[in-house]
Amino acid sequence: MGLLRRHRRPQPKIDPLVADLCGVLSDDRVRVDGAERALMARDASVFRGGVAGPTCFPTSTAEVQAIMRVAELHGAAVVPRGAGTGLAGGAIPLGAPIVVSTGRMNRILDVDLVNRVAWVEPGVINLDLSRHLQPMGFHFAPDPSSQAVCTLGGNVANNSGGPHCLAYGVTDAHIAAIEVVLIDGSVIMLGGLEAEPVGYDLRGAFVGGEGTLGIATRIAVRLTPNPPAVRTLLLSFDTVRAAAETVSAVIAAGIVPAALEVMDQRITVAVENFVGAGYPTDAAAVLLAEVEGSPAGADIDAERLETIGRANGATRVRRAESEEESALLWKGRKTAFGAIAQLAPDYYLHDTVVPRAALADVLEQVYEIAERHDVVVMNVFHAGDGNLHPLLLFDARIPGTLDRVHAAGAEILRASLAAGGVLSGEHGIGVEKQRFMGELFTDADLDHQNRLRRAFDPVCRANPGKVLPTGHSCADIQALRAVPTGVWG
Amino acid sequence: MDAVEESTLTIVDPVLLAFADEVGASGPVAVAGGRTRWDVGGSLDPEARVLSAPSGVVAHQPSEMTVQVRAGTTVAELDAELAAHGQRTALPDRGGTVGGAVAVGENPVDVLARGRLRDAVLQVRYVSAEGELVTGGGPVVKNVTGYNLPKLMTGSLGTLGVLAEFVLRTNPVPPASRWLSAEGVDPTLVFGAVHRPAAVLWDGLTTWVQLEGHGVDIDADAVALGRLSSFTEVAGPPAMPDHRWSLTPAEALDLPAHVDGDVVVALGVGLAWASQPQPPRPVTPEVAAVSARMKENFDPTGRLNPGRSVFA
Ligand SMILES: Cc1cc2nc3c(=O)[nH]c(=O)nc-3n(C[C@H](O)[C@H](O)[C@H](O)COP(=O)(O)OP(=O)(O)OC[C@H]3O[C@@H](n4cnc5c(N)ncnc54)[C@H](O)[C@@H]3O)c2cc1C
Repeated sequence: MGLLRRHRRPQPKIDPLVADLCGVLSDDRVRVDGAERALMARDASVFRGGVAGPTCFPTSTAEVQAIMRVAELHGAAVVPRGAGTGLAGGAIPLGAPIVVSTGRMNRILDVDLVNRVAWVEPGVINLDLSRHLQPMGFHFAPDPSSQAVCTLGGNVANNSGGPHCLAYGVTDAHIAAIEVVLIDGSVIMLGGLEAEPVGYDLRGAFVGGEGTLGIATRIAVRLTPNPPAVRTLLLSFDTVRAAAETVSAVIAAGIVPAALEVMDQRITVAVENFVGAGYPTDAAAVLLAEVEGSPAGADIDAERLETIGRANGATRVRRAESEEESALLWKGRKTAFGAIAQLAPDYYLHDTVVPRAALADVLEQVYEIAERHDVVVMNVFHAGDGNLHPLLLFDARIPGTLDRVHAAGAEILRASLAAGGVLSGEHGIGVEKQRFMGELFTDADLDHQNRLRRAFDPVCRANPGKVLPTGHSCADIQALRAVPTGVWG
Repeated sequence: MDAVEESTLTIVDPVLLAFADEVGASGPVAVAGGRTRWDVGGSLDPEARVLSAPSGVVAHQPSEMTVQVRAGTTVAELDAELAAHGQRTALPDRGGTVGGAVAVGENPVDVLARGRLRDAVLQVRYVSAEGELVTGGGPVVKNVTGYNLPKLMTGSLGTLGVLAEFVLRTNPVPPASRWLSAEGVDPTLVFGAVHRPAAVLWDGLTTWVQLEGHGVDIDADAVALGRLSSFTEVAGPPAMPDHRWSLTPAEALDLPAHVDGDVVVALGVGLAWASQPQPPRPVTPEVAAVSARMKENFDPTGRLNPGRSVFA
């Protein structure tokens, strides 16, 4: 995006920052070419206009430490980066900082079955870890839809969720310890394998810190035993409201399924055209539910779920007869975003949370808001958690379209807040939602969040310009030479 | 753009505002709950004013799996409210208050079933060292909006803020629960024979196991355990020795062989109870430095729960 035209190709050996970085990493692991900087300038969000400085590819904690020391010497900001699949602009570099990519720190270091943890480097891909653990009878429970590409470091930094976090909890509940390199170059172990690590819960404070608290270099993730039996059900409904109300009724009945996912008709049709999983294209909404446990217990829960669904208007209930059928139903859900590519060149994937009881009402508002702004909306979301994901489809080449998308997005946010919800359930704040933080929190609340942040990074050089609105984020503003375009103002 | 309607997060209870006034902006203060863990973290500076946090269950929404409760409420009162709707939380009941349980941050014995206390605290309201009411987190079960103040406050012994109110995650009480016990069986085999035991306790000789879930599952688990040894039904866990230890699961397994006196270990968790106290657990200079900055940032004048420290 004009990057190549605006910036002359930097001269690696002349720029003193780059020279110093090359002094601590091998030359081939410090990249300053235009292609690399363009690649690092964005993530999977719709926000553009990030400007990357040199990108480093460390392979060890010591090298990350050395990078931090060089950064300190030059007063440079540092942005950690995993796979760049974040949707809130968390990894977008503001003000040409050093980008630290964890791409080459991707080893599974140790699987410790006695303590039920695995030690991994931050660049390990989420799904690779679960595949590695599978034969041992375990998996890593948080399963973002992006799990085939996103990294555990990114999961930790964003406190990521996924369909199976309803019963098991989000990433935070599955991280025992994290080795972090702080902005001053010190290496700190947060948390531990003990039942209750001594002191403040710095591990819990770090998870979800969106790269503003330091760089995770080693992570001890908890292992979850694979369930003996799984039952996958697909329920069809004539209205989205009936599907949403079924979700509340299931929880109120004391069942906490492993997953409760809702897809509306538009997305169901798109998915069906894409993967042919046998999803009903005539239903206004489908509810994909999964219960697990022993074979007998899972059958009881599946039976109860079916009964509750029918009592709330389910017109059809399909129970997967085999593992293959179950996998196919899940493939439909997990490739939903891929399916969109057939329909529009761009999409904006929103992420808000509302109380479950408000799901149906807020969804109705979402459809109304989208229509008013002349934007196509589809909904596929973690209904069990009240976590909405309206997908706004658009074509960025048509002038003015993105503005309408953002206007609709802002209204959806406000509708969620008005219903007693929050700004984000799993994608984070990044640059996307920081302007709205003041609509949820008071100045005192934000000031206290900044106190937490400053305890890790008193100088505000770790991923500046994210999460907290300017005015609440210490010296961030000085570090920024560019504000990304597309940020709502 | 339309103005935002007032979110539940910004509605503030006058009872909490009155409490913030009582805490004020200067002078050492501490809160007494049930005084069941009064000595954790050292002894209180005698200068400190001792207050009681406001009490009462504000709102329980079973279908949201959340409960909003003021810190001075007893855990027993909270449990009674939740039980009436077939729910529970991860807070242990030792005769104390909800605020005390969160401030100390200790998990219940059946943590494998109820989850960790830290994971149950969704939203926290506390009075800052400056006397302001502060909210962190949110009232819904999933939330990554901003920094995680609820995690920081949980287990902080009230040294970073005076805890006033929480939104806690609740969970359904399982349909059935049973305790079984056997002697001389390898507890790690017990742990492996059952898919998700609620608790497995071991004193070096006897093993206790708590099974929870559907009746059919518990029956099947009991049959599986019967293949290991002859288990008998018991009323509940054994009486625990006085001192609580926090270890890695691997270290905890070794404990009965390494300390004198009575020991009970919770398998797969790393908790243990022994007749002697756990030796102090050192922290690294890096952890000490960040923690000191945290204390300094949240309580610059050192007025919150003076005399007590999370490292004591
Ligand atoms: C199609 C699609 C589906 C998705 N589905 C889900 C979903 O179901 N649930 C969900 O939660 N998210 C989902 N996401 C969002 C995204 O995949 C997650 O947020 C993921 O955790 C980001 O990981 P990453 O490796 O790509 O991180 P990046 O995007 O590279 O970085 C994300 C943030 O983490 C920081 N960071 C990265 N590594 C480190 C580190 N080692 N130390 C400190 N900070 C670090 C960065 O600075 C940045 O702030 C989806 C995204 C896409 C594109």
